[in-house]
Amino acid sequence: MTTDAYAGTTETSSGPVFNVTGQDWDSIDSSAIEGDRIVINMGPQHPSTHGVLRLVLEIDGETVKDARPGIGYLHTGIEKNMEFRTWTQGVTFCTRMDYVAPFSNEAAYVAAVEKLLDVEADVPQRALDIRVLLLELNRISSHLVCLATGGMEIGALTVMTCGFRDRELILDLFELITGLRMNHAYFRPGGVAQDVPHGAVEKIRETVRVLKKRLPEYAALCNANPIFKGRLKGVGHLELDGCLALGLTGPVLRATGYDWDLRRKQPYWGYETYDFDVVTWDEPDAYGRFRVRLEEMWESLRIVEQAVERIAKNQGEPVMVADKKIAWPSQLSVGADGQGNSVEHINHIMGESMEALIHHFKIVTEGFRVPAGQAYAAIEAPRGEIGCHAVSDGGNRPYRAHFRDPSFVNLQGTSIMSEGSMISDVIVAIASIDPVMGGVDR
Amino acid sequence: MADEPKTPPEKTPPEKSPAKKTPPEKTQTVDTKGSTQDQSADAHADKAAAGAGPWGTDSVDGRRELEVVDVREGMFGVHGSGDTSGYGGLTRPVVMPGASRQPFGEPDVTGEHGWFDDVHDRLAAVLGETGVDDALELVVVDRGEITFVVRRHALLQVVQHLRDDPQLRFEFCSSVSGVHFPHETGREQHVAYHLLSMTHNRRIRVETTAPDDDPHVPSVVSVYPTADWHERETWDMFGVVFDGHPALTRILMPDDWQGHPQRKDYPLGGIPVEYKGGTIPSPDQRRSYS
Repeated sequence: MTTDAYAGTTETSSGPVFNVTGQDWDSIDSSAIEGDRIVINMGPQHPSTHGVLRLVLEIDGETVKDARPGIGYLHTGIEKNMEFRTWTQGVTFCTRMDYVAPFSNEAAYVAAVEKLLDVEADVPQRALDIRVLLLELNRISSHLVCLATGGMEIGALTVMTCGFRDRELILDLFELITGLRMNHAYFRPGGVAQDVPHGAVEKIRETVRVLKKRLPEYAALCNANPIFKGRLKGVGHLELDGCLALGLTGPVLRATGYDWDLRRKQPYWGYETYDFDVVTWDEPDAYGRFRVRLEEMWESLRIVEQAVERIAKNQGEPVMVADKKIAWPSQLSVGADGQGNSVEHINHIMGESMEALIHHFKIVTEGFRVPAGQAYAAIEAPRGEIGCHAVSDGGNRPYRAHFRDPSFVNLQGTSIMSEGSMISDVIVAIASIDPVMGGVDR
Repeated sequence: MADEPKTPPEKTPPEKSPAKKTPPEKTQTVDTKGSTQDQSADAHADKAAAGAGPWGTDSVDGRRELEVVDVREGMFGVHGSGDTSGYGGLTRPVVMPGASRQPFGEPDVTGEHGWFDDVHDRLAAVLGETGVDDALELVVVDRGEITFVVRRHALLQVVQHLRDDPQLRFEFCSSVSGVHFPHETGREQHVAYHLLSMTHNRRIRVETTAPDDDPHVPSVVSVYPTADWHERETWDMFGVVFDGHPALTRILMPDDWQGHPQRKDYPLGGIPVEYKGGTIPSPDQRRSYS
């Protein structure tokens, strides 16, 4: 029993309660059941709920009368943890929220911190180009996971194997550039952690070529597939007004025909200089969202190609702000004994300059201080608007960092999308929202 | 409690040019009477009592009064004689950007000029028409963003107008988040609403405050249904009670959880790892840069 006035007890005192877990439905005494309406608990451990999502479904036969999502099973206190680490270390935490689109989390956070520091105009162009490149590659890999898991959940296993196969190509690029397949912590306030390594440009071009061959496979597999269309068309219907009221953004919003994309409407990091189209669709259902994502991968490829050319051109330019009080003191390099600080830097701080050593120590342990105030920065993640509300009290750690995760907000659309439909359509509706529970629960 | 800052505050003229883009926090003109949080709270009460108008926290002499939320002492988290660095006696007030005065001037990525003032004037006008003239506590323009700090009793009317008025039309509530300032007596709980106007392509922040001993804020779910989960999260994490919310239950923490983890006074457990008699304190108890 709890003393919390708003969180009552979970014990129910009305109506019969049965605990069945499968294969034991015969044990229910059917004489005690009043009517056909039963409440079932789907998840949090259910292969088709897209992660540890719990759904409390009130069903009448096979029809869902009431659907309530229950979240929090992956809550890890990332926002609280960030309050006890420096501003730079914060990236390491927030990259783990939406682990399918880690760069978007990092991007929202560093954009907010840069706003607080007032260094937005000082971030080098090359750093911005690298960020755009990675964000767009990430959009493709994230959409591929969405198609893959969404396909798997309706039984289209080939879509799943194809999706994860192609996503792995992009993760290889991430590993080459950042050192990690996921959880990169690569964006830093003021720039990026290190420059792209030699050979990255060629490798990206090669991967783009492969992806251009592979992406049509999804269209060929699914677009006109009668089973696929039968499962997706008209399912999870949500019009524009519903999207705005419930706060849904991203492909769900664009599938209603509204071309709201922050990359175009409130451009950041030079998106206004890239040539790409905002994809919309006029069927606000699971099928429309699928088509929007499919097309968006092509648009992202266009941006990737442009960004790669820019990176090839401005090779050698800095990737971190010039302000030594913000920038990390050294660039990592790969030596004979593995990755670490470059030999020149070690020689400098250990052999030449005491002040450089002190500076290195101070900036690494204490970090930089951010003038007091608050800022909200929003960018277009693969799932919609991800925003970071960062508050500083002038200290070397965030006073508060709150993330508006698109999965968290979009998941509120579950009820309206699935009530009145079949249980099997609930799975399709949720897959079309594409929530990532790491981002929902943070 | 806190000493005055070592250098006397410079007298800066009120910002005249709307094109001036100096971030306000760099002026650091701390009003002398606002250098501790207690006095600052008093100052707020005085202003309110004096009926300085809806946006009446501008100082009489034109200097900007900054929001003191805490006082920072020392340098390395050590107090008293333990700090041999020479920084032990350092005392600095933690000040948030203070109230701005019109014209709020130029903002914005879209290159549009002066919409801060447009939104402010229109909001003031529609609030005045409906007889709510004490809604706005102060307006802060900082880092290219505008924050309307709204008295909580009028929050619902303010957001209703912000959403429905054709010239305002903030039809989209991006985010709701709480911030806990335990040293800001009487205004410990802050709730920030990030509103977006897709029609006009503008973003504003509406902020309201509540004291810790009466943490009630009206729910905006009736205006922005999307605030449902955001408010549940803010209740869960900060203990802010949103009156009128359809089902204010915990959302991220378990239903039977005690306490509200994002509050600054929430004890951090940590694991008492013991090694040769020494223990590692929890992160909030560790020595750290202050």
